[in-house]
Amino acid sequence: MIEVEDVYFTYPNGVEALRGVSLKIAEGEFVAIMGQNGAGKTTLVKHFNGLLKPTKGRVLIDGVDTKQVSVAKLSRKVGFVFQNPDHQLFSETVEDEISFALKNFGFDNKVIGERVDWALNLLGLARYRKVSPFMLSGGERKRVALASVLAWDPKILILDEPTIGQDSYQKERLRQFIIQMNHQGKTVIIVTHDIEFVVECEPRVILMSNGKVIADGEARKVLTDPDLINKSSLILPEITQVFINLNDLGFPRDVMGVYEAKRLILERLKKT
Amino acid sequence: MAIIEAEDLTYTYPFAEKSAFKNLSLRIEKGEFVLLTGPSGCGKTTLCRCLNGLIPHFYGGRLEGKLTVAGLKTTEHTIYEIAKHVGLIFQNPENQLFALTVEKDVAFGLENLGLPREEIRKRVDWALKITGTYDLKYRAPFELSGGQQQRVAIASVLAMQPEIIVLDEPTSFLDPQSAKNILEVIHQLNRDLDITIILVEHRLDLASRYADRVIVMKDGQIVLDGEPRKVFLQEETKLIGVGIPKVVRLYISLRKEGVTLNRVPLSPKEASQSIAEALTFDRG
Repeated sequence: MIEVEDVYFTYPNGVEALRGVSLKIAEGEFVAIMGQNGAGKTTLVKHFNGLLKPTKGRVLIDGVDTKQVSVAKLSRKVGFVFQNPDHQLFSETVEDEISFALKNFGFDNKVIGERVDWALNLLGLARYRKVSPFMLSGGERKRVALASVLAWDPKILILDEPTIGQDSYQKERLRQFIIQMNHQGKTVIIVTHDIEFVVECEPRVILMSNGKVIADGEARKVLTDPDLINKSSLILPEITQVFINLNDLGFPRDVMGVYEAKRLILERLKKT
Repeated sequence: MAIIEAEDLTYTYPFAEKSAFKNLSLRIEKGEFVLLTGPSGCGKTTLCRCLNGLIPHFYGGRLEGKLTVAGLKTTEHTIYEIAKHVGLIFQNPENQLFALTVEKDVAFGLENLGLPREEIRKRVDWALKITGTYDLKYRAPFELSGGQQQRVAIASVLAMQPEIIVLDEPTSFLDPQSAKNILEVIHQLNRDLDITIILVEHRLDLASRYADRVIVMKDGQIVLDGEPRKVFLQEETKLIGVGIPKVVRLYISLRKEGVTLNRVPLSPKEASQSIAEALTFDRG
């Protein structure tokens, strides 16, 4: 359980990135945090693994105040995959990269070997085992960063802009993978701009603007609201835009997916 | 007139076992807006690097075949010479900006060309105005938002008055509305200044409405090439991992049910118009 209680955060340069955020994320939830660049999304999630501590207010992870524990200890529970993999990768080979944290957490060699194999296969990286992460494409490096966090099996998984630089095939794999992790009981939190990706996943959506939460609810409710979407510098889902335009013909406005769109149009054609 | 002509191009990065692409041939006409897409690792970034001579001059490796860009054989001219004709924009604008003010950043390339002061001033203002960054002239690039930074990066390339601008996923770090603005600026450069555009993008939903042509690469090969409305209807796009716009997916799934809209939509507006027409036609 993540509890954020009236959190304010000001960076040393004076920028007030969070201005009174309160929310709860229960164990096993799947949440997308959305909003424009600079809204405070990344600042907020950096509080979940203690990388940042509130200037005012508090953050509790499973009842423990993040100010009372080290980042190293929190990391065992909260895995964080950064937006830019280059901020995270440093090893000579993909294999070393993935085993690094495992060694630090004190796993024995046999377990490390198994976990590394598992993570490499899961993310389709097995053929790059001995390759330097820096020889890989941007999309592939992102997967290495993800593999290195998954390997230690954290209970809470935070992914900052996971779909950047991923093609649609990789995105679909990522989506299935997130759903699978979530079904296994992990709490999954993604920070993203990618509204079409969120439409496919239908998680709980927390919308941020100017350091505050401006909406929190089901994807369908939040993402089809033109005012909220505008305020967040997002763009309405493609299908929602189509149906808002068709509102005069009596179609509902809160349509997001291709399948439901098709069904609604066919029903209408049958009626006439 | 072809402004880019590649014939049997094969390239292998230094120390790589496999070539990034093999026997690639491609012809792009002046003034075309080309959307280049394909799964990660398909060779599209590598191709971009060839177009302004970064390959082979900077990256090394082995480049075989013939490549002419704006009349220059890239192997025989320096990056510096080619840069006057081909501007390159990267994913992350931070990698491209370095000066203390926006104005100096945009002027930098021109100073290197040794242009007279007045001409530099004129071109900088022109480029800033077109990209909507004139008001940011005296600001420091690092304190701007990602979208503003990317527009400044485009301005600094534009100031060189290139015939071709190559953009490698220029919107991936931006929020959707900033991304939309950038794509509109690119569209404007193409429409009003007749600059040839090569745009590498995964976000086809926002970009395809502006493109004359979509090229899909896979494993170092061009596998599809044509008008967006035609290319997106190919079954292969799904297998290759091209994220075709959802409005096109809606078109395809309606067609499978026997309902064919009057055109393949490239934007929500086109889709809703076609659907409305299909409904009224049916009634009438």
